[in-house]
Amino acid sequence: MKSIKNKVAIVGIGLSGFSKDCKKTELRMACEAIKDALDDAGLTPRDIDGMIKQTDDSADEHAITSAMGMPNLTFYGETRWAGAPCGMVMQAATGVAAGACHTAVIYRAVNGGSGLRSTPSMRSSGQLSTADLLHWAFHSPFGLMTEQGAVAMLAERYMYEYDIKKDQFGPITVTCRQNGAKNPNSAYFKKPITMKDYKESKMVTDPLRALDCYEKFDAAAAFIVTTPERAKYLNHPPVMILGAAQGSVPETENMCGYYRDDVTGLPEMAVMGKRLFKMAGVKPKDIKFAQLDDAYTPLVPMQLEALGFCKKGKGVNFCGDGKKIKAGGRLPVNTAGGSLGEGHIHGMNHVIEAVHQIRGTATLQVKNAKIGLVATGAGGPAGGLILGR
Amino acid sequence: MEYVKGVPLLRPYIDYDNQEFWLAHREEKLVFQKCTYCGKIIHRPKPMCPACLSTDMEWIESTGLGTIYSWTTFVYDRAAYPGIRVPYIVVLVEMSEGVRLVSNIEDVTSEEMYIGMPVEVFFDKVSDDLTLPKFRKRKVKK
Ligand SMILES: [Zn+2]
Repeated sequence: MKSIKNKVAIVGIGLSGFSKDCKKTELRMACEAIKDALDDAGLTPRDIDGMIKQTDDSADEHAITSAMGMPNLTFYGETRWAGAPCGMVMQAATGVAAGACHTAVIYRAVNGGSGLRSTPSMRSSGQLSTADLLHWAFHSPFGLMTEQGAVAMLAERYMYEYDIKKDQFGPITVTCRQNGAKNPNSAYFKKPITMKDYKESKMVTDPLRALDCYEKFDAAAAFIVTTPERAKYLNHPPVMILGAAQGSVPETENMCGYYRDDVTGLPEMAVMGKRLFKMAGVKPKDIKFAQLDDAYTPLVPMQLEALGFCKKGKGVNFCGDGKKIKAGGRLPVNTAGGSLGEGHIHGMNHVIEAVHQIRGTATLQVKNAKIGLVATGAGGPAGGLILGR
Repeated sequence: MEYVKGVPLLRPYIDYDNQEFWLAHREEKLVFQKCTYCGKIIHRPKPMCPACLSTDMEWIESTGLGTIYSWTTFVYDRAAYPGIRVPYIVVLVEMSEGVRLVSNIEDVTSEEMYIGMPVEVFFDKVSDDLTLPKFRKRKVKK
């Protein structure tokens, strides 16, 4: 099968800080992140002819071409929900590989801390799309309105099926926070936590504690992809896309896949992973680091299982006390902190950290980080990338 | 469950695919979609049978009997629906027909909850124009 392997490179990245109220519009945040990514690459707005946005973002492609003076946009599209960061990269890369565009930008900008929430909730604008209504209508009349509640029911079943004990998700959030504590861009810089903090953290939606769940921030991020030929003339060594895939299967839904045989199996992540590893021509044991969706701690072991890093039901054992997944471990996870330890911008920062690792510019640099994996959208529509040199 | 006065009730989004499910609650009936062609019982309602792609659907009345498949207690109000006083329990019930349903359970505390608990449906007239199927613990004859 023909694929996009080695046909597209990530050449520019931009990431804002994480603020509870940055006093900027989402359009301005998006433009600033895109400018940072252009500067990082050594490109200008005139070079951009492709653009992929996240469906839920308020800053649309036309507003951005106007705000940034982009006269050459001829390819654009969108995808949505938590798998989007990797999915958007894949779609932009597909455009580049097919020759539909030459240099494409991917962005997200969300006033998650100060303004609208990106997911339907009573505290958001109240403006839900028809698709949201269909997905949530069977849950919201019963008070199941938040991701924390939705994931809690998955976690409860997961604990039941695999005999997982209370507090066993704790080392995941502790590891992410320890990584983030060393990252100057993190909202939690110099603020590591211990298992004691975890155990004292308040119960939110039983069995999830506050420290099992990400916090919302105002943040923005952007990446630029182009051909390997153009990448030679830009600022950084290219980070090559070796594999890219999305995943959706029957009853895939944002955090609420309650209606399938196995509710703890992340089948959309499994179908995505299968395609991803096949395209890249590698196996889980070849992966030197993984940036995983850590919006909620139970999703991390579920992803390790779905992606084949360990057997079904063994994800919590794999994470253990954190030894295997911390920097220097067998599979360093979320080396900049991820959503729990750096800040939440819906997995965009996970892609950025993977680029840093491959470039060799990460704060917690993994030795010989020549190939790494990013997964976004655990518990919902999935996206994944395998990146390398 | 205690509803908070003044916060709007969340209503189901009713369309041509799912209206039989929601409207049956007014007659205190719990119904599920059944594919007339292959017999698959489906929930949530769909425009087409995912097993055989037939659009011929009928609606069957549920036994109302099920077991708890999973559950959570909303403890912290800022992660909960503000229209219901915390703590409240949301359950995922596996019905005897083989389909699962999100709902609430009444007269049971968090401490008493467990996966596998037998439950049965009852109808809660939440307001003049909204009746919801909810569950209670069911005694099982030995
Ligand atoms: Zn059928």
